[in-house]
Formats: sequence, C-alpha cells, structure tokens
Amino acid sequence: MLDFPILSLITFLPLVGVLFILLIQGEEAVVARNARNTALLTSIFTFLLSLYMYAGFDPTAAGFQFVESRQWFPGYNIKYALGVDGISIFFVLLSTFLTPICILASWESIKHRVKEFMIAFLVLETTMIGMFCALDLVLFYIFFEAVLIPMFLIIGVWGGKRRIYASFKFFLYTLLGSVLLLLAILVLYQIASTDIVALSTVETVPVDIQKWLWLAFFASFAVKVPMWPVHTWLPDAHVEAPTAGSVILAGVLLKMGGYGFIRLSLPILPDATVYFAPMVFWLSVVAVVYTSLVALVQEDMKKLIAYSSIAHMGFVTIGIFSLNQQGLEGAMFQMLSHGVVSAALFLCVGVIYDRLHTREISRYGGLVKNMPRYAAVFMLFTMASIGLPGTSGFVGEFLVMIGIYQVNTLIAFLTATGVILGAAYMLYLYKRVVFGELTKSDVRSMKDIDKREIMIFAPLVILVLWMGIYPASFLQPMAPAIRKIVTQFETRQQNMIAAPTTALPTGAVPAVQENAP
Amino acid sequence: MIPPVFVAPSLAVAFPLIFLAGMSLMLLLLGVARKTEDFKSVNNLAIFSLLAVAIVVARFSDERMEGLNGLFVSDPFAILMQIMVLVGAAVALSMTPRYVERERLMRIEYPILVMLSTLGMMVMITSNDLMTLYLGIELQSLPLYVLAAMQRDTVKSTEAGLKYFILGALSSGMLLYGCSLLYGYAGTTNYTALQLALTAEAGMAPGVVVGMVLLMIGIAFKLAAAPFHMWVPDVYEGAPTSVTAFFALVPKIAALALMIRLLSGPFENMVDQWRQVIIILSVLSMAVGAIAAIAQTNIKRLLAYSSIGHVGFALLGLAADNAEGARAVIVYAMFYMVMTAGAFAIVLMMKRKDRMVEQIADLAGLARSQPLVAAAMTIIMFSMAGIPPLAGFFSKLFVFQAIIDAQLYALAVFGVIASVVSAYYYLRVIKVMYFDDPADEALDRSNDPALTGVLTISVAVLLFFIILPTSVLTWAREAAAALAQ
Repeated sequence: MLDFPILSLITFLPLVGVLFILLIQGEEAVVARNARNTALLTSIFTFLLSLYMYAGFDPTAAGFQFVESRQWFPGYNIKYALGVDGISIFFVLLSTFLTPICILASWESIKHRVKEFMIAFLVLETTMIGMFCALDLVLFYIFFEAVLIPMFLIIGVWGGKRRIYASFKFFLYTLLGSVLLLLAILVLYQIASTDIVALSTVETVPVDIQKWLWLAFFASFAVKVPMWPVHTWLPDAHVEAPTAGSVILAGVLLKMGGYGFIRLSLPILPDATVYFAPMVFWLSVVAVVYTSLVALVQEDMKKLIAYSSIAHMGFVTIGIFSLNQQGLEGAMFQMLSHGVVSAALFLCVGVIYDRLHTREISRYGGLVKNMPRYAAVFMLFTMASIGLPGTSGFVGEFLVMIGIYQVNTLIAFLTATGVILGAAYMLYLYKRVVFGELTKSDVRSMKDIDKREIMIFAPLVILVLWMGIYPASFLQPMAPAIRKIVTQFETRQQNMIAAPTTALPTGAVPAVQENAP
Repeated sequence: MIPPVFVAPSLAVAFPLIFLAGMSLMLLLLGVARKTEDFKSVNNLAIFSLLAVAIVVARFSDERMEGLNGLFVSDPFAILMQIMVLVGAAVALSMTPRYVERERLMRIEYPILVMLSTLGMMVMITSNDLMTLYLGIELQSLPLYVLAAMQRDTVKSTEAGLKYFILGALSSGMLLYGCSLLYGYAGTTNYTALQLALTAEAGMAPGVVVGMVLLMIGIAFKLAAAPFHMWVPDVYEGAPTSVTAFFALVPKIAALALMIRLLSGPFENMVDQWRQVIIILSVLSMAVGAIAAIAQTNIKRLLAYSSIGHVGFALLGLAADNAEGARAVIVYAMFYMVMTAGAFAIVLMMKRKDRMVEQIADLAGLARSQPLVAAAMTIIMFSMAGIPPLAGFFSKLFVFQAIIDAQLYALAVFGVIASVVSAYYYLRVIKVMYFDDPADEALDRSNDPALTGVLTISVAVLLFFIILPTSVLTWAREAAAALAQ
C-alpha cells in the first residue's frame, strides 16, 4: 500500500499535461512539435506510474486496493471513491499502455490542429482510467459518459470523409444507451447506495427490480461492447476515425462494456444475470457468426477489422455470462488480448494508409516483396487475431470455450465456428494485401516501416507473444477477484438446490449466505 | 437582518423593493434631467443598484418573516431566488452597452425598464398573497413588452413586442380569473389562509381545480412552458439580442419561483390535481424543446427552443413533489442561468464587419479563428446537453434523482430520451464550429471585456462545479428546506 493517492494521480496526470499544452504559444509548427512532445512525455510518465502501482499491487488479494474515498456532494450520498482489483488494474494498464502508442502513431498522420488533438487524447486517457478505477456508480457514470466528448471531437475533427455522420451516430447511439444506465443507477441510489463495493457484497435488490435494472445496464454496455444488433455504430466510427482513434476505440473503449458487465451487472444483479444469460449467449453467437460472415465480404480494411472486433467481443460476452472461473478469465484475457491485437491491426492499417491514403483492399497486393518487415509484423497480428496457439488470441478464446462448454455445448459448438470463420476472413485479408503480384506502381514505391513505426510495434509484438506463451503472469493476479464473483454464483446455485423455496426472493439470501460454507 | 430601527418591522421585508423602486425613479429623473442621453452612467448606476439590493437581500435573516400584513414574505427560498434574479438582471445589463451602441438603442429607458421589471419579479418571488402575485406579474411583464419592441424601426422587433403583449395580456386574464375563482371558494387571497382552506377534500371541487389550473396556466405562459410557448421563438428572435439575453436569463427564474411557491404553499394539499398539470407541461416542453429545435437555423431561435426544453426538465423536479425535487429545481435554475448567460455572451459577440449575425452557420470555422471562444461554446453546449463532467449534467442528475425517488419511472425514461434527442442539436452547433469549413469571412474578434468576463465566469462555473459543489448545493438545500416548513 502506498501512502499517497496514486490512483487519483494516475487518473488526473494527463490533465496536468493538458494544462501544459494549453500554455504552449507561438508558431504553428513549434506548437505542434511541443504539443506532441508534451503529450508523449505525459502519457509515458502516466504509464510508468501505473507500472509502479502494479509493482505495489498484491496479486493474491481479491478485494480493492489503493482505495480512496471521500464524501463529495453535500446532501447526496455520492462518494468520490477509487480503487483497483485484479480485474480493473489490467484495464488501467491497457489504457496507459495504449495511449503513448496512439500518440506516437499520430505523430505524422495528424497534421492540422495538433495541439487540440493531443488535448483531446489526454482528456480521453483521464476519462478511461477514471472509469476503470471508479468505485462509486455516479463517478463511474461520469467517466463513462465523459469519454464521449473527446471521442466525438477526435472522430469529427480528424476523421475521414463521412466523419460527421459517424461522430453523430457514435455519440447519440452510446448516449441513448448510457442514459438508461443513469436511471438504473438512480434507482439503485434510492434502494441502497451507489457504493459499488457495498452493492456487490450485500444483495439488496429485489428480483423483479433486478431484471429492469439489468436491462438498463445491458442497454448501455451492449452498445459499448458492441453486441449484435446494436453494433452498427462501430464500423462507421472505426472507418472514419483517425488511426489513433480507431486504436483506442478498439483497444479500450469497447472493453468498457465488458468491464461494466463484470464489475456491475454480475455482482450487483446476480439473479437477473442468471435469468438473462441465455439471451446473451444467443445474441453473442449471432454476433460471432454473423459479423464474421460480414467481415468476409468487406472491401475496406478498417471495416473488416471493425467487424472482426464485434465477433471477438462476442467471445467476451459469452465468456462473461458462462459465470465460471474459466469463462470469466477467458473473457478477461480475450479483452486484454483483443485490446492489444486489434490496436495493432489498426496500426498496421494505419501504416499503409499513411502511404497510399486508401483503405480499399484491392488497391494493395504483393506488399511482402517491398515491405518484408511490415509483412512479418502484420502476419503475427493476423495469427494472433485468428487465435493461433502461442499468441495471446488463443488463450482467451480457448478459455472461453472451456467455460461455455460446461454450461451449454450447443453454444460452445457455434462459438467454435467463429474461430474457423475468423481464420477465413483474416487469412483472406492477409492474402489480398500482402501476397500476390506486386503490379501497381504506387504500391511498389511504398517504403517499409521506419524506426518510429518499429518502436510502436515492438512493445505490441512482445506483449502478444508474452501473453500467448506465458499467460499465467496475467491470469494469476486476476484470479482472486474473479473467484470472488464466481463464488457468489456457485453459492447461489447451491442454495437453490439446497433450499429452493427459501432462496428466492433475495430478501432472505444474505441470511442464507451466512450459513453457507 | 436589516439594521435600521426606523423601519417599521412589517416594512422590513418590502425594504429592498421600496429601495429598488426609488432607485429606478431617481435614475429616470437623472436621465431626463441630463438632456444628452447619458446611457452608460445610467446603465452603470442601474447595475450598481441591482447589486446593492442583492447584497441587502443576502443579509436578510434566514427566518421566515411576513411583511405589510402578510402581503409579502421572506425566507431563504425567497432570498436565494431574489438574489438570482437581481444578479441575472445585472449580468444582462452589463452585457448591454456595446450592443445598444452599435444598434443605436441607447435610450436611458432601457436600464430603467429592466430595473422595474426586476422589481416586479421580486414582488412575485416575495408575494404571499394573490393580490401581490398579480401586481408582481403585471409589473414584471409591462416593461418586458416595451423592451421587446425597443428597436421600433424594425418590423421584427415591433412584431415581437406586440405578440408578446397580446399573449401576455391573455395569460394575465386567465391568471386573474383563476385568482378570483380561488377567492370565491376560499374567501381569502392570503397564501397561508389558502393553504388551510384548500384541503384535499376542497381540492375536489371543480371550481377550485379550474381556478388552480388557470393560475398555473398564467404562470406557465411566463415560464414559456409548452403548450404556452408559442410566443417564445418569435420574441427571442425579434427582440434586440441584449433584451433576449435578459428574457432568457431572468423572468423564467421568477416564474419558476412563483410556481414552486404556490405548489408547495397554498396548493400543497392538492398534489393529485396539480401533479397531472405539471407532468403535462413538463412532457410537452421537453418534447417541443427537443424536436422543434432541430430544424432551427437561427441561434436565438435555437436557444429559445432550448430554454423551453430546460423548463420542461426543471418542471420534472416539481412533479416529484419532494424536498429533493425542490432542491433539484433550484440547482437546475442556477445552472440554467449560468449556461444561458454564457451562451448569450457568445451570441452578442457574433458580428462580422461590425454587424450582428445570428445564423448558426455563421459560427462555421470558429474553432480556427477564435479557438477559445469555440471551446467555451463547446463547453456550454455539452453542458446544456447534460454530458458529464459539466455542471449541466448534475442539474439533470439531481432532477432525475428526485423523480426516481418519487417513483415516476415512465416520466424519467421520457426525460432521458428527450435529453438524448436534444443532444443532437447541441452537437450540431459544435459540429458547425469544429467540423465545418470556415465561411469566407471570419467573425470579428470581440473586444468587449464585459462579454469576455461573463463568458469566463460561466465556463469556469460549469467546469469546476464538479470539484467544488458544496456552496451551490447548500444554498439550494436551505432554500428548499424553507419551502417545506
């Protein structure tokens, strides 16, 4: 334990960088250079600080660590409370890890309004980290929705041709989902409190209300994940966003939905979770199969990867709602892996987009001949996306399938088809872009990746292999926190078998739990 | 407390009113005596008197006091609302001089009419009797009609004044009819006595209900709640912009205060009857505010519809009929004022080659020519849309908390959906500033320190409320607690 509020520090450090950037004055070129440097330094420093926090993190404890808590609004029982456990700490690390990479990736591709871009990105970092650390529902919601502001501007100002349509769709779609979450939070506030820790340990919500609240939570998180059929904003947003925007969108923002399910829906609304789990399975299976098929026919690289993201996030939701240790660990691992791999894939697209300014697959071909290093990197991430053993993608998908197999074999079977389809569309993409004859003259003149790009990819390559070869260093610290959630459901199931008449309604459950082993 | 001993105790409550009335007459004399139209000094003196009165009111005791045989009342609620109205009027006047100079509206009557109207609003807020209520509303409205038609050479301004006058007269008529019906049934016009007379059983009498509803409709006109909002967009658009800023900032607060006062006072026991009315007003206002604003191209009309929507959200808090509700409405009103002041500061800054422009499209490319102003407008728009972490989010949060607490779930769902729909047109303003290519000629840079000051304060409040929420919430809570007594 550290004796200073490290979580607040990590969360708001990027805002300090914003202050510095705001103070930069002078000629445009100088401002742009200084803004880039300041943003990079701030984000690297934030990352180092989060590593320092990770060093002090106790991986054997299930509860929250580095907790900060104080009363916030007088007259309202709303707290400013932060804390991390084995689940959220990895998302914090993922956010702080990807932000410097994104800033590096936009070093040259963002040419106008650099200062504003860097400000938006650092604000985005603060909101992401804050959301993963928040231990109060209102605070959680504030960060959850505040993400929309910088992301809206990033897509709208620095995006592609249809950026305005995409940014509006992104904003309004997610806002509509999250306002229902807000109402659910207020209902919880009225019933008990907005303290996530207290709500997760004591069951206070009656079953019939749980179902409504669960649906409201679902409306918000399902849009964020995104699950079929509310996924349509994602391809648009991805395609139009600048590379860095796509990276952070795929890398972190999609995880907010999955994180929301694990952190809020499961522990706070367990009865409704069990009740609605089959629905989630089927929606996810449809997502996995349908979006994989859609990905197969895409002509636009970013769109293809966007659809593959939806399919991969389908695995995540299946894993979460299988409600056992393997399933949840798999979902967590898949989210982290997807965070890295999809981020890397969008960066791969960004590399060739910066050179040729088109995302159309048919405009490329034969890149292996003039860009061998690029081809190698791209292949690694393609394999990771497919889920080849030895890469991070395999561990997550495999664990998810073990998890779901214990619950529903049919779903497990259908999920597995997604792996095959995944291989199909990724290999097909790779073949069309990298292999083939190098005939087009403009493609022929493309240069291989330079030092800056190697610097961007190196940490991602290492991470993908590390996660694939020795996943234990990631799975172990998250295991206690996940075990805590799983135990809750196992106890419930035992109670249901032991005393089916008294287990419900939940008013009686806390007492029953005390007797249970 | 008011220290002077020579003021009879029952006059104490009316002292600020008398002072303000005296000041406005003095200023009128001053303006007439100095043949040259010395607008600036009159305007400054008017601001000074408004703020002085605000300070006097702020120093009133927290205890409930009645004055002039129960015609007036003072309690923390009245004090807070009066301060808001006075400060709002002062802010609106401070934004005026450069604008009226450009538009050749430098008439000394302008600040004096604002003062008189503010006086009327203070009478409304402190009223404890249907007679004073009516007096206040009329005193508030008449100067507003004149102000709307101030630019008498333009058709739009005169049309705005006339339209406002006719509809205002209609609403006054309804209000008066409502008052007389209530008097007929209860035999009194005093709020305290009415509260005793209008029990839940008495509330069943159709005459009482009709009287109450007419009274509420009269106030709804002043509040610009749908379906009594028809005059708002035209008046906002037609009136001189600085006058529009005043319209948007202040009279609604007074009307809202009056509505709260009546519903938690005389009509306290008739919740079942008035709640339906409030819900209808609220739902319609939110819907109109959200949908009708989408098609607007004029920024003043857009803000007009936006204000209708905001009134709808504020009324939601009233529908909750609990302490949280009243507190939420007060907080909502405060942030509404802050956001509106900032927004109109920007509208008043919008000029090209020294001529005012007011199309939303004129803002195109503002992010490049004046990044700070664009950023301020963005913050105000996001705040109006209710996006955290800005203050506008919290005012909505508290309102929704109140109605969830009152278990009005369907209303809450409607409210949040309306807020998503309205987010669209706020985003559109941001889109024009940031995403669109700049117009041929950039807007002039503003050189008016008053506008910059108002804008800076407004944005600072919206940004930093999240860090320092204590004082605003404490004021609101104390004011709301006073109502429950």
